[in-house]
Amino acid sequence: MANMSPTKVPMPQQDPDIRNKNFDEVATGYTAEMAMEEASRCINCKNKPCMTGCPVNVPIPGFIEKVAAGDFEAAYEIITSENALPAICGRVCPQENQCEGKCIRGIKGEAVSIGRLERFVADYHMQNGKKQELNIEKNGKRVAVVGSGPAGITCAGELAKKGYDVTIFEALHKAGGVLSYGIPEFRLPKSLVAKELENVTDMGVKIETNVVIGRSLTVDDLFERGFNAVFLGTGAGLPNFLRIPGENLLGVYSANEFLTRVNLMKGYKKDAVPTPVKVGKKVAVVGAGNVATDAARTAKRLGAEEVYIVYRRGAEEVPARAEEVEHAKEEGVIFKLLNNPVAIHGEDGWVKGIEVVEQQLGEPDASGRRRPEPIEGSNYVIDVETVVIAIGQSPNPLIRQTTEGLETQKWGGIIVEEETNETTRKNVYAGGDVVTGAATVILAMGAGKKAAKAIDESLKEM
Amino acid sequence: MYKILKKEIMNEAVIMMEVDAPYVAARCEAGQFVIVRLGEDGERIPLTIADFDREKNSVTIIFQVVGYSTEQYAKLEEGDAFDDFVGPLGQPAPFGKWNRVLGVAGGVGSAPLYPQLKKLSEMGVECDVIIGGRSAEFVILAEKFAKFCKNVYIMTDDGTLGEQGLVTKKIQELLDAGEKYDHCIAIGPLVMMKFVVATTKPADLHTTVSLNPIMIDGTGMCGGCRVTVGGETKFACVDGPDFDGFLVDFDECMKRQTFYKEEEHACRMRNAAN
Repeated sequence: MANMSPTKVPMPQQDPDIRNKNFDEVATGYTAEMAMEEASRCINCKNKPCMTGCPVNVPIPGFIEKVAAGDFEAAYEIITSENALPAICGRVCPQENQCEGKCIRGIKGEAVSIGRLERFVADYHMQNGKKQELNIEKNGKRVAVVGSGPAGITCAGELAKKGYDVTIFEALHKAGGVLSYGIPEFRLPKSLVAKELENVTDMGVKIETNVVIGRSLTVDDLFERGFNAVFLGTGAGLPNFLRIPGENLLGVYSANEFLTRVNLMKGYKKDAVPTPVKVGKKVAVVGAGNVATDAARTAKRLGAEEVYIVYRRGAEEVPARAEEVEHAKEEGVIFKLLNNPVAIHGEDGWVKGIEVVEQQLGEPDASGRRRPEPIEGSNYVIDVETVVIAIGQSPNPLIRQTTEGLETQKWGGIIVEEETNETTRKNVYAGGDVVTGAATVILAMGAGKKAAKAIDESLKEM
Repeated sequence: MYKILKKEIMNEAVIMMEVDAPYVAARCEAGQFVIVRLGEDGERIPLTIADFDREKNSVTIIFQVVGYSTEQYAKLEEGDAFDDFVGPLGQPAPFGKWNRVLGVAGGVGSAPLYPQLKKLSEMGVECDVIIGGRSAEFVILAEKFAKFCKNVYIMTDDGTLGEQGLVTKKIQELLDAGEKYDHCIAIGPLVMMKFVVATTKPADLHTTVSLNPIMIDGTGMCGGCRVTVGGETKFACVDGPDFDGFLVDFDECMKRQTFYKEEEHACRMRNAAN
């Protein structure tokens, strides 16, 4: 008999006033008992709507049933049949818009906490599971994967399982892409990312760091070196700026730079590492996506006293995961919604404040969200020393500039065939943010998986 | 790991290293740079490429010891290795159809200027060079430039080598003497490049400068290296590092260079105490 509690088993987490001063993970995870109790809330309904909400088709009710029965390893097997990175997805997927958003328990009460259960299973396996001996028969065909973020890792893993000889090329000194440089430690511990990457290298995937495709090697060079296909999973790494006066003042960071300094370069260790990061006492983060909440919460942890999220639209339009917004508020981040930055003011070259104009919501725009319109004369200045611009990223131009025949959208996204993720260049595939523009980890993984399938179908014939 | 094949101390503050780096050596061109890193938590430091040998798979860097990380690099010996050495980054130097070029180097700026003039001279361009330094030992690569430059003018602040005075004094002299150049390439400290441009602009001698702002990834990801060129924001790492000197906002560049002055000072103090 299902557990009919209308609410989720609460997630144990660090107290907000303690966690906003450290970089340890916010949510500490379910115990086995909590997981079994939560799993028993799944009524194993016939239509499995949750699965239709999952971009990688995890057999959700199947794994939850195993959790309820206490067979966590079996649950792990089921998840990883479709999802190579469960410890990551359990933590960073926007479940409320995906699996949990479709759960019928959500109609009268809260959805089953699929994300927390996925996380529990992955963590359980990491601590208790045994490494499996892999006997993969190599097929002698070679695939180059460009970028070691979620799209690249997934594509590489899927192809390696099928016997391909896969090499991932990573531009930075460390693999993981946005999982390493972007998402902070308190939301996604880097030790987990390392372990998930290890699963892929255990399958025989080679990772070459410090190779910038488009500079160190071109896509054409990869074919010349004997690769039969190339997958581009280079993400959306080029930061957008507001193009308002004062953006080059000292104290203005792109979110990419701010987070990279803290995460990849370990700026959170403060004096212990040579890469500095300046946070100041008052910080404004412009934008309200997950990157913005990550930056705001990071600033708080680095010692900022007042941290604002400045966003031109309203609460309903905030793109960040609901949990991140809630966590940010608990930690003391102040949301200044319907405030559009118009200038950054400085003194002697340093940021002194950010001038905003208040907005009201008008008719829906092309994105379907209500268009913010300025209220004339409502300008005011928020005193801050640091401004972090988190209004989105575009694809990096290095590959499109150096690859003939690779067609892109006006904004830089690579154009692909819907069914196969193949680009306008034969045997060159692409997926993730480089195709869609900045989106989510799970959508990138879905694209990596789809491309892997298409690559296999194309190469298997040769 | 990227092994150091050769090390040479050029003066008390400047070191040359030839490093095994096959990817960079295979594709790099004059004007491009690399990012190096040393140690588990090491920072990423952009360094210009001073020379390369495609057959030996090696790249030569020349760097000035200015802070914590370069002090650590200076301690490395032949046979030791950098953990990371990535490139080539940035655009190759933008060369025009020139017959005669004037190169101007200040201090360690000789290093990135050298491959540019070498390449131009291989293309048949006549090159002159002005090399400036605080004193004799800070004038580097003069003999190497002399191999292909028609005239090598050396300027030192204290007159211990060549003539006493700044590089701009020599530029003015050459211009006043009626010397004609199609282009000038100036690489050195920001303040030097600013004044070179102030000298060449009135004479309408088009001048390229090479910028080396603070950056992390060197691939366009952080945006920390943004510079204003002709009123537009550019990323030095992917749009540069070479820009039209007439259009660069040097004052903003100089200001941005001071972003971490306090931290650098604190870091050096800690390092000295250790």
